[in-house]
Amino acid sequence: MSATTERHVGQPLRRKEDPRLITGKARYIDDIALPGTLWAAFVRSPEAHARIVSIDAGAARARPGVHAVYTGADMADIGGPLPLAWAPPGVQVNNPPHWPLARASVKHVGDPVAVVIGDDRYAVVDAAEDVVVEYDPLPVVTDPEQALAGAPFVHPELGTNQVHQWTLAGGELEAGFAEAEVTIERRVVNHRIAGAPIEPRGVLADYRAGTITLYSSTQVPHFVRLFVALLLGTSEEKVRVIAPEVGGGFGSKLQIYGEEIVACWASRRLGRPVKWVETRSENMAVTHQGRDQIATVRMGARRDGKITAYHVQIVADLGAYNMLLTPLIPSLGAFVMGGCYRIPAVRTDITGVFTNKCPTDAIRGAGRPEATHMIEVMMDQMARELGIDRLELRRRNFIPKEDFPAAVATGVVYDSGDYHASLDKLLEHVDLDAFRQEQARLREQGVHRGIGFSTYTEICGLAPSRITGPAGVGVGAGLWESALVRVHNTGAVTVYTGTSPHGQGLETAFAQIVADRLGVDPSVVEVIHGDTGTGPEGRGTYGSRSLANGGEAIVKATDKVVAKAAKIVAAELEAAPEDIVVRDGKFSVKGSPDKGMTLAEIAGVAYIGAVPEGMEPGLEETTFNDPENFVFPFGAHACIVDVDVATGKVDVVRYVAVDDCGNPVNPLLIAGQIHGGIAYGIGQALYEHVVYDDDGQLVTGSFVNYALPTAAELPSFELDHTVTPSPVNALGVKGVGEAGTIAATPAVTNAVVDALEPLGVHYINMPLTPMRVWRAIEEAQAR
Amino acid sequence: MSNRVTVTLTVNGSEHEIEVEPRRLLVHALRDDLGLTGTHVGCDTSSCGACTVHLDGLAVKSCTILAAQAEGAQITTIEGLGGEHSLHPLQEAFWNEHGLQCGYCTPGMIMAAAALLEENPHPSEAEVRRALDGNLCRCTGYHNIVRAVQSAAQAQAPVAS
Repeated sequence: MSATTERHVGQPLRRKEDPRLITGKARYIDDIALPGTLWAAFVRSPEAHARIVSIDAGAARARPGVHAVYTGADMADIGGPLPLAWAPPGVQVNNPPHWPLARASVKHVGDPVAVVIGDDRYAVVDAAEDVVVEYDPLPVVTDPEQALAGAPFVHPELGTNQVHQWTLAGGELEAGFAEAEVTIERRVVNHRIAGAPIEPRGVLADYRAGTITLYSSTQVPHFVRLFVALLLGTSEEKVRVIAPEVGGGFGSKLQIYGEEIVACWASRRLGRPVKWVETRSENMAVTHQGRDQIATVRMGARRDGKITAYHVQIVADLGAYNMLLTPLIPSLGAFVMGGCYRIPAVRTDITGVFTNKCPTDAIRGAGRPEATHMIEVMMDQMARELGIDRLELRRRNFIPKEDFPAAVATGVVYDSGDYHASLDKLLEHVDLDAFRQEQARLREQGVHRGIGFSTYTEICGLAPSRITGPAGVGVGAGLWESALVRVHNTGAVTVYTGTSPHGQGLETAFAQIVADRLGVDPSVVEVIHGDTGTGPEGRGTYGSRSLANGGEAIVKATDKVVAKAAKIVAAELEAAPEDIVVRDGKFSVKGSPDKGMTLAEIAGVAYIGAVPEGMEPGLEETTFNDPENFVFPFGAHACIVDVDVATGKVDVVRYVAVDDCGNPVNPLLIAGQIHGGIAYGIGQALYEHVVYDDDGQLVTGSFVNYALPTAAELPSFELDHTVTPSPVNALGVKGVGEAGTIAATPAVTNAVVDALEPLGVHYINMPLTPMRVWRAIEEAQAR
Repeated sequence: MSNRVTVTLTVNGSEHEIEVEPRRLLVHALRDDLGLTGTHVGCDTSSCGACTVHLDGLAVKSCTILAAQAEGAQITTIEGLGGEHSLHPLQEAFWNEHGLQCGYCTPGMIMAAAALLEENPHPSEAEVRRALDGNLCRCTGYHNIVRAVQSAAQAQAPVAS
């Protein structure tokens, strides 16, 4: 079977998903109604840390329309606490139980204490107000460094707030620092942010006659099925989890949440469907958050600019409990801690800490934005220390393209890259000399304009199982991806993917891939996802993995279909299977393009006619794809800002991004991911910050005081790209969902420093809110 | 809260009489009582704009108004703006320009943009951005939303050249 002529891959097809979304016909969780549905409302702790003395649900139960009030004690029959599934390998992790409904104590504001179930969505909220919980407040700790120092303890039975310690090291660190002629150290704070998809979470559990169907706004329906089965003590095939239309996730829906378990358990107990839809206030308090690291970062270099050693010591605030991946998240950054530079010795030490705050876990980028922020800020700091231009310093340390695949000190092998090319391309769009002149001119007028750069790479496409599974770094997550490609009687195609897209546009991208290989139009390829009741076992959508793994699985399954189809055509046309090519919508014989069969005709033979001797009827194939390596997208970003030195307000004037995610499947989707990713990074750098006060009260409990960027704050983005195919998959693709976010925060931060350099501000930590920037200016001026 | 009020609404051209609690939010009346689930809820504080509908021609956040306050009003939701075979220029433009990803903010965003174009048929980029600052999107970075609104403006009423 020869290669097909590509027609749809690489084209900016508008999305197959959109007609239902733009007309209001999509079905998100709250749009689904089942007969007899009851509503759930949770009673949540207003205390950051307390012993539960008593719960009096009498008044709530007496309200009309209330069917039940359950507490942690009522759920004593569940199979265990909520899971920590993927822990950092080879170290002890303190993992106190985290129950779907609190037992005996609460550990952060929002911890659920009881659930009220009744007929009406408004009435259950009233009833929840009537549940009287007596708390005995306990001492609270919210600062991770104080928490490490000793009491008070989040989990007193542990006698420590330390969750774990984990180190990843490669190369001779001491020798590297000994060789260094200049060593700098900075305290880099990467503050806590919220995932904040515009659709909050929600669940609808439907127990009927021994089986449970759970609709959940999740990125990982197959994992949810596994843990619902385990915790409810039922068998996996009795549980079906459906992720309907999901209104964004950004990692915050890569989780097994207590509400999923409670709804299933209550539905089974009551014999009625149970629905819960999260309010935004709940989302801000209890849906897992991200980042929250304080790092001591040391970099050593020779005077000629060669970086010789890099040491990062991270205190990671993990909040009150371990959730699905909590302690692993900082580790994901460790693998790319050295960025796109050839650094002979790199060491990362991570200490996880409990505090009385919402747990942290994967949020867009998950560990890699933190790592990239550190190295890119440090490159600017080192350049200043050495008196070398910051782009020149980067160029002197880039891993050259000849070195790929490139083994780096952290032990991973970067698949492909050309870092000079992306920086060169960026500078085609940004005339640095002209900018410096403009900057000088503006400074005379009192306008403080600065430019910042970020040259990044990251690790994504989460798989392969040989590394992510127990035998590799052993996080216990055997990651691969599945696909089932089914050609119907008429030649129409349904594709089942184990990924679970929630806005990425994969229905379109996957259809493009299949259409080309089968010689059909993407309009007759339907992609089904997010339903454990259809298609093979899957692993979900996160870690920019869905195209590199899920797309590749579809390639392999489709190619198996093509191989079978070619045999059918060869038999029908009396040719050799290897002489069959797909061209112009037909499977034809090489050299005689008029002799051929359409997919519909082939399907007709496969299902209705007579397949060749020894062949099974039907035309569908399944694959489990397990790639040999991760993929490593990269690029170069530039951000230009104006800082109002009177108020400290930062405005992004211009943002230029050159990204390389390998071969493009759909340029429209790639641009969309990068736009959104950059906005996510700018949001963190300038506006967003989850704040708790010293008593553990959440200050940023809604969108009124958690500042998401609006259209008015952001500029249009200028994008370009280079194309360096990945060698680890046939498509040559890399992930793109997180790249923009990973690259953006240091570009913004370095730009602000560049703007304020004449005022004596040489270093600043995010978030770059007006108050913090203004203070930095004031402090610098006072020195 | 057992007392109920009768409210008459004209939604997408059809008159409905519903009995609701006085405290019932318009968005829940539209979604749960009338089955028009294209209007979404994304926050508790009138911040996100996912629930934006037109009430007597003005864009309003339907989570911030009681159903009872809309007595006698003409309401248009995303379902009434245009359907599968009769897309409004803004719907078409959001599709063409990739102005949406997860789609959750999209109906509210389109309704807010439609109100803008009623008032200002040819907004500049800055005017679009300012007009949409009550509608949050977490996916797109707004870049293609702004493009879509400007392209719809062009399609709806080309500027005489």
